[in-house]
Parts: sequence; structure tokens; C-alpha cells
Amino acid sequence: MSDTSAGSEESAPGPEEVRHVADLARVGLDDDEVERFTDQFADILDYFETLDEVPEVERDADLVNVMREDEVRDSLSQDEALANASETEDGYFKGPNVS
Amino acid sequence: MSADYNVFITEETIEGADDGLLADSTVAVKDNISTEGVRTTCGSEMLDDYVPPYDATVVEKLKDAGATIVGKANMDEFGMGSTTETSAYGAAENPAAPGHVPGGSSGGSAAAVAAGEADVALGSDTGGSIRNPAAFCGVVGIKPTYGLVSRYGLVAYANSLEQIGPLAPTVEEAAELLDVISGPDGNDATTRDEGDGSDYASAATGEVEGTTVGVPTELVEGADEGVRERFEAALDDLREQGATVEEVSLPSVEHAVEAYYVIAMSEASSNLARFDGVRYGHSGGFDGNWNETFSKAREEGFGEEVKRRILLGTYALSAGYHDKYYKQAQDARAWVKQDFDEAFESVDVLASPTMPTPPFEVGESLEDPLQMYLADANTVPVNLADLPAISVPAGEVDDGLPVGIQFIGPAFGEAEIIRVGSAVEN
Repeated sequence: MSDTSAGSEESAPGPEEVRHVADLARVGLDDDEVERFTDQFADILDYFETLDEVPEVERDADLVNVMREDEVRDSLSQDEALANASETEDGYFKGPNVS
Repeated sequence: MSADYNVFITEETIEGADDGLLADSTVAVKDNISTEGVRTTCGSEMLDDYVPPYDATVVEKLKDAGATIVGKANMDEFGMGSTTETSAYGAAENPAAPGHVPGGSSGGSAAAVAAGEADVALGSDTGGSIRNPAAFCGVVGIKPTYGLVSRYGLVAYANSLEQIGPLAPTVEEAAELLDVISGPDGNDATTRDEGDGSDYASAATGEVEGTTVGVPTELVEGADEGVRERFEAALDDLREQGATVEEVSLPSVEHAVEAYYVIAMSEASSNLARFDGVRYGHSGGFDGNWNETFSKAREEGFGEEVKRRILLGTYALSAGYHDKYYKQAQDARAWVKQDFDEAFESVDVLASPTMPTPPFEVGESLEDPLQMYLADANTVPVNLADLPAISVPAGEVDDGLPVGIQFIGPAFGEAEIIRVGSAVEN
């Protein structure tokens, strides 16, 4: 079938690959979740494989860009923008270290 | 008697203007639609204390029309689910069928209408999330044509598929609410002019003489026997009123569910990347670097169905798999659109059972996600093709389990499906 460049094997992802994808997605998982997802992903991805049967379809995209003038408009105040942040400092969002 | 169906996540009264089309109406608003100053959680721990600083366009329109918003309705977390059991605030129940789910993801909105907790409600429909709970709770739900209703202020799950739409006890009331919320919006560049100044309510004439209803065989074959009987009875009723019913074939819909989930999960993995606990949302605390903190906040804040979809979406978009899953799903989407276009050359509307089964029992579908995904087979093709569809009650099976019939129209054919839907009520 398809020859994928990444992903070492053709079969569904094992626990290590589930952990790897979770790392890419920045979603922590506990061991139970890794186990459940490994089983479920096998079924779900197997089902997605049936997309192989879809013929190539000519997409006559009648898409148009919707443009507007880039002009200054009212926006949230700084206080409003910061109101939902757990930590702020001197009018800025405060986040964790980047690396 | 005031049974608690866990309809609302937040009960709060938001008064609208003194007069307008909805001056006497109470409205429940799904909790993924932003309300200024009123908590909007999306059914998630992640947004447990999030208070939007602005109103969604549809909420502004409700207020302008004089509606009284009575609460933020329960929902599957971030719209991901078909039963309203994945809410972080507990499952909603089905007022029309005790012991059964109200459907999802707009289950709280449908249940609010069915229980009389609100006159009408707003939901959002990404793959059937308005029509499914409408069918399960015995009310009317409309998924509008993509671009008819502004998504500004709707917390995004899968932008290319989702639309906000009405739930109501009758077709006419649903159409009236659609009149209020439809139309172009400068804050949403995907909106179109077609809904501007609409009068869909007056299309609910119950008149079907001369209308041709197409029935896609593929969307009937998989349905439960009881559901099929109700569906056939509704069609007989339309025939008696002067409609013509004919079979049509839409071979592409056999692949709609997998295409839908690949696209929706891919868009979800991107959309939900914004929830990092820094600007808003659940914060994991600041131990460790950005990636560690981010992962921890999301581990704690997201429920299992949301994590499942983010991970599958990330996988489907990752290097080496993009062509295999995402590109093929886009091909399937184009094929589905083409199939519908061809069908509408010979029929006015298409009809199918809304859901292939009556409402599930509580807890029935949670263990097997793939089975839950397959339940959306009749609703997702409509979202893939950007078309409008309505679900109207078509009776009950097994002494009290509601069944819905779905009518699908061509793009911006809302008046047509409203007209045919209202004939079912006759």
C-alpha cells in the first residue's frame, strides 16, 4: 500500500509511538491512558485505512480570498486581555521558561 | 415538578433588549459560545474559570432580538462526543427518554428545550451535534449551510465543518431563531450574504405538493428496524400530502465517517494547541520548562475523548502520514460534495433517518470510541459537503424512544428543508 517515510512499521502505533505523539502534541498521559490509546488507535486507524478506496477526485475549488482593509479598530483593553491569565506581570502574560 | 437533567453548566440570566422578535423567548446557549462576563467552559476543566471578555456575534444578535438567555447548556467536552457524557460537569440526561443519553454534543441545549427549561436553544454542529440530540430528545434542530451563521465567538473545534444553529420544539420556532442569527458578519470572513434579512419562519408552510424527496439507500440500510419503520411512515405521510419519493445513490457516503474524523481530529489538534494555561485556561503551574508545563496543564485540563482526538489528529498530520490520512480525507470530502451536487440535479431535498438507532442507554457507548464514531454516519456527510439539514421528530419506538427524520438541502436551501420539515408535523 502506501510507503510512508516516517513511522518505522506499517502497523498501528505501539505504546512508544503513542508516547511520542503525545509528546509532539504536548499532552501528558498516564500509563493507563497509553495502554488504552494503543489498543483503540489500532482499531480506529485500521478503520481510517479504508480511505485508500477513495478515488482521486477533481476538486473544482471555487475558493475566493476575502480581504478587508487593514485598519486600526477598537480592541480589548490590556486589563481585559489579561483578565483570564493565571499569572501576569507589569501588564504582560507571565509564562514558564521556554527551554 | 422540576427534574434536574443537568441541562446547564452555568445558570445565569442575561437580559436582552426590551423588544424584538424574541422578546418573549428564553434561550439556552451551548457553553462553547462566548458570553461576555459569563463563564464559558466548553464542558472542560481546562476552561473551568474562563470568562470571555466579549460576546459571540450570535449572542449579540439574541440580545438585540430581545431574547432572555437563561443559561449555558451542558455539552460534550469541546463538542467531542455523541452523547453529552464526556462533559467535565457530568452527563446530561434525556428528558424525553429517562435512563438514556440526550445525544451530543449539544445535549444540554436539546434537553433544555425538551424539558421546557428554555423555549429555544443554540447548539453547534460539527458532524451532527445539533441534529443528533434533536433526534434523541424529540425536538427540531437545524444545521445551517456553512457560512450562513457567524462563528465569531464560537470556541473552535473544527472550523471547516462547524456551524451554530437552532433547537426548538417546532420547525417554525427553529426557523425563527435561525432568522435572528443568520447573516454576514465582518468578524467572520467565512460568512456569506445569503442569510441577510431572511424570513425562514414563513417557509414553514407544511406544503409539499410537487416536492421530490430523494432517499439515499446508503443512509437507510444501516438503521435499526424500528427506526426504519418510523422513517418509512414519515415518508408515506409526505406522499399522502403530494410529495414524490424516489431512491437515489450516494456511493461516497460510505467513506464519510472516516473522512470526517480525520479532518475533524486534524483541525482539533491545531485548534486546541492554544490551551496552554498561560493566557487563559487551567495552568499546570510553572515548574519546569514550557513543554513540560504545557503538557502537564493539558494532561490535567483535558478529558480522555479530547486527548484521544488531539493525539489522532497530531498523528494524522505528522510527517509521512499526512498524505495517507489527511489528503485522502480531503479527496473523500470532495467526492461527497460532488455526489450531493449530482443528487440535487434530480431531487429537491434528501431524506434519511437522523440517527440509525434510538437514544443509547447511559454508559452504553463510552467504552468503544469507534462504535460511537460510527453512529454519526448519517449526519457527517452533510458537514463535509457544507450543506443545510434539519432533524424533525418522526415518532417513537419501544414505548417512548424518540426517532428523528433528517432532510438535507442544497447549499443555502434552508427554506426548502424548513418547508418539507414542517410538513412532517402535519
